[in-house]
Parts: sequence; structure tokens; C-alpha cells
Amino acid sequence: MELINTVFIAKAIIVGVVFAITLGVAAYSTYFERKIAAFMQDRIGPDRAGPFGILQPLADAVKMFMKEDFIPANSNKWLFIAGPCLSMLTALMTSAVVPFGDTVTIGGATFDLQGIDVNIGILWVFGIVSLGVYGIMIGGWASNNKFALLGAIRAASQNISYELAMGMAIITILMITGSLSTKEIVEVQQNGHWNIFYQPLGFLIFIICAFAECNRTPFDLPECETELIGGYHTEYSSMKLGFYLFAEYINMFISGAVMATLYFGGYDYPGVDFVTQQFGSNVASFVGVGALIGKSLGFVFVFMWVRWTIPRFRYDQLMNLGWTGLIPLAMYNVVVTGFGILVGKPFMVSIAGLVLLIAALFVYDQLLVKKKIA
Amino acid sequence: MEISNIWYFLSALTLLSALMVIISKNPIHSVLYLVFTFFCISAHYVLLNAQFLMAVNIIVYAGAIMVLFLFVIMMFDLKKNIPESKSSLTKLAGSVVAGTLLVILIAIIRKNTIPGPALEKFNSQTGMVENLGQVLYGEFLLPFELVSILFFVAMVGAVLLGKREAGERNF
Repeated sequence: MELINTVFIAKAIIVGVVFAITLGVAAYSTYFERKIAAFMQDRIGPDRAGPFGILQPLADAVKMFMKEDFIPANSNKWLFIAGPCLSMLTALMTSAVVPFGDTVTIGGATFDLQGIDVNIGILWVFGIVSLGVYGIMIGGWASNNKFALLGAIRAASQNISYELAMGMAIITILMITGSLSTKEIVEVQQNGHWNIFYQPLGFLIFIICAFAECNRTPFDLPECETELIGGYHTEYSSMKLGFYLFAEYINMFISGAVMATLYFGGYDYPGVDFVTQQFGSNVASFVGVGALIGKSLGFVFVFMWVRWTIPRFRYDQLMNLGWTGLIPLAMYNVVVTGFGILVGKPFMVSIAGLVLLIAALFVYDQLLVKKKIA
Repeated sequence: MEISNIWYFLSALTLLSALMVIISKNPIHSVLYLVFTFFCISAHYVLLNAQFLMAVNIIVYAGAIMVLFLFVIMMFDLKKNIPESKSSLTKLAGSVVAGTLLVILIAIIRKNTIPGPALEKFNSQTGMVENLGQVLYGEFLLPFELVSILFFVAMVGAVLLGKREAGERNF
């Protein structure tokens, strides 16, 4: 009974800390989004609240809470309230299986720095991602507004389409690792054997799908303001709108953490052995936590970078890219990876596969150009 | 907390939400209750130590099929498409048929004692993904591959149905 209690308390602390970190990162993502946008457009950005505008998220939160919480007259009241709640819930649930660090030993007891270590870890992530669309769909429908409904339907079709390619990209990771557990996926990648070297194409597919699943530019068609006013959150105001926007930032951070786990070695960093020898394994684990969060923040930056660089896709371009671009690519990647495992040289074969693909695309492009001229 | 208490609670929740699927007037509410029912069933899988089935149930049913259901129902104009109430004769016939089926099912369950699994052969790890994979790709390889062919045929059929005809333009 004693042991169960300590494990329970340790897990509760881990969950609480992960929750706090996620919310903190999401809050400050809004600040850095605006700062980065300002930098890219040669502006200053928020600089009034506190030094360098560092208190801007607090000011935004106060503003969000103070505004009138309006519910449209002909909307479905309970579903209207449930929409943002569901968005928030599904955004926060994914982090349960991300291994934030190696084991830590305190007072003779060893703890995993992970919410739950289940042997279906990556399927959990996939399942929660596929549920993420409910918040948007319910909110969009309950608003009783045709633009909100159109946004919701776009979100649903986009998420369903890109889930397929994402699943295929994950399958190649499973083929290399031979396990569904996120912990094992990270352990296989220790000492610099990161999956990005074995799966460059898979990573490319995964990150594109992550952009689509987070509804980020260039795939933010559900909230495309030139066509749909505000998309699914047209009718939302006050903190309900805040929840939707917040859920998007949480999704960005968590998908960054998942990408770091799957492709960038999770909590692995150069010089683990050195740190372990000098300061002990506990310190090494905590540095690993820092490394994982640093990688995730790097991905958050990439999300913002892309948002302020690339214009939005058109809807048919989006569907074409998903169904006729990414899914065949992902299938090709599965075949190449399988061949690599069969031959026993996964690294060489993956690079060869990528080079072959680029060459084939180049030749195809050349042939097409000649046809157009003739 | 006893594990059987969790089971009773979950079963009650499952039955309640399943009932709400057919009782609620609004089709959107029905779909959402159905999603909730699938979650309850997934929780039952967790109690049975079958985590893989739990995840697949959520991904396939709650994550994909129910989203499509919701998708189609949202496209309807619900105010125009409310089905008119059936006549009382139809209702009577329906309850008689359903009641008879209920009586028959209860009688069958009471007559037969279903033997539980032999305790000495019981393996709590059967539902784990490794063991499930061994069974699927070993003992039941042929049916498994046949099912995959069936799915492939269905997929080709769906693509063929959804194919744009010559001259047709949707957007």
C-alpha cells in the first residue's frame, strides 16, 4: 500500500508539472508568435506591458476574461459551451504518453518521468489526435451560423484526410522500433541514432500532417477569414474563444514534443555519458527533460516561422496534397523502409530511396515541361 | 475501490448512454451519445487488459466513423428533415416484437449456464498487442489477409464511386 501511495504521488506530481509547463508554454507562445511576426515584418511587436512586453499574455488573459461572454440566441447552448472544453481536453490529453525524461532515483525509489508508460503509447497519441476534431465540429455546428458550420466541416475533412498519411508515417517508425511504446521508441534512438537520419521522408510527411492537424497556416482553412469570417469560432467571444486559440498553441507544443520523441531522439542529447559521469544520473535525466522541451520549442518556432512565410493553400490544393501527394509518398516510404530492414542497412536504403524519389520527380517534371512546350 | 464496482458503474453508464442514443430527439445528440458509448466500451476493454483493442476502438469508431456520421448529419437541414411520428399501430407492433425478443434472450441466458474460461489456462496478457500480433500473423494469417483484400476491394469501390465524371466540377 505504501508503494502504491508513493507511485501515485509521484505520478500526480509529474502530471501537474507537465500540465503547468504546457499551459505556460502555450501562454508565452502567443507572446512569441506576435514577437516573431513583428520581427519578420520589421515591426517592434508588443512592448507596453512590462519590460519587452513580457506581461502581454497576462494582459490578454485579463482582457479575455473581462469581455462579455455571449451565447447566440438560436444556438444549441450546451454544445456551444462543450465545444471549447472538448478542444482543450483533447489538446491536453496527448502529453500523457510523451516520455519527458529518463528515470530519476529519489530516496531509493525509481520514477519514470512520464505520465503513463503503456505499450500502446503511439496509438494513444493517434487516437487523441483523431478526437481533436470533435471540439471544432461541435462548436461550429452549435453556433447555428453557416460560416461556422463551413469551417467545422472543413476542419473535419482536413483532419480525416491528413490522419491517413500521418498514420502511414508512424508505421515506418514502428517498423524500425518494433514497439508501440513511446518509451521504447526513445530508447532505441539513444546515443545519436535519431530516427530523422533513418526516416527523412517520414519526418517530412509527419510534420506536414502535424501542420494540418493543428490547423496552422498554410492549412488554416477552417478559420480562413477572407472566405469564412472567423471560421468555426465566428460566434465565440470571451474566454471560450480564448480556449480555442489556447488549444491551438497547446497542440503546437505537444505535437512538437511528439515529433521530438518520434524523430529527434526524445530526451537524448549529445554528451549524456559525460553529464552522467560528472553529476550523476538524476542531473542527466533533468538535463534530458530540458533537451526535450528545447526541441519542442524549436518546433513551435518552426510552426510560427512557416505561418509568417507561406500563404494559405486553396481548399482543392489542400485535398490534392493530402490524398494524391502525401499518401502515395507515405506508402513509398513504407516500402523503402521495409526493403531497408530486409537488406539490413536501413540508413543507406532510406537515403537511396530519398535520392531516387527526388530524381524520379525531377525526370517527371522535365518530361512534363517538354510536353507543354511541344 | 473494488474493481467490480468500477465495472458496475461503467456498465450502467454504457447502458444509459446507449439508451440516450435512441431516446434523444436531436440526431446530433444521438451521435454524440454514441461516441460516449464507444468510450465506455473502450473503458471495458481496459478493464479486460486489452489496451490495443481500446486504442483501435477509439481510433476507428470514435475518431473516424463517428466523425463521418456527424459530418453527414450536419449537412442536413434538421428542421426540414425531422421524421414524422409513426402511427400507434406501428409502435404497438414494434414493442411486441422487441418485447418477445427480450423474453427469448432472457430465457436463453437463464436456461444455459455459460462456462467461464478455465482458470489454469487463463493468461492475463492475451490482450496485449504483442500476443495479439502473434495470433493474427500466425494462427489466423489466411483470414487476416483475406480481410485485407476485402478492405482493398471496398476502397477501390469507394474511389470509383467518388471519381469525378468528365466535365463535372465541384469547386
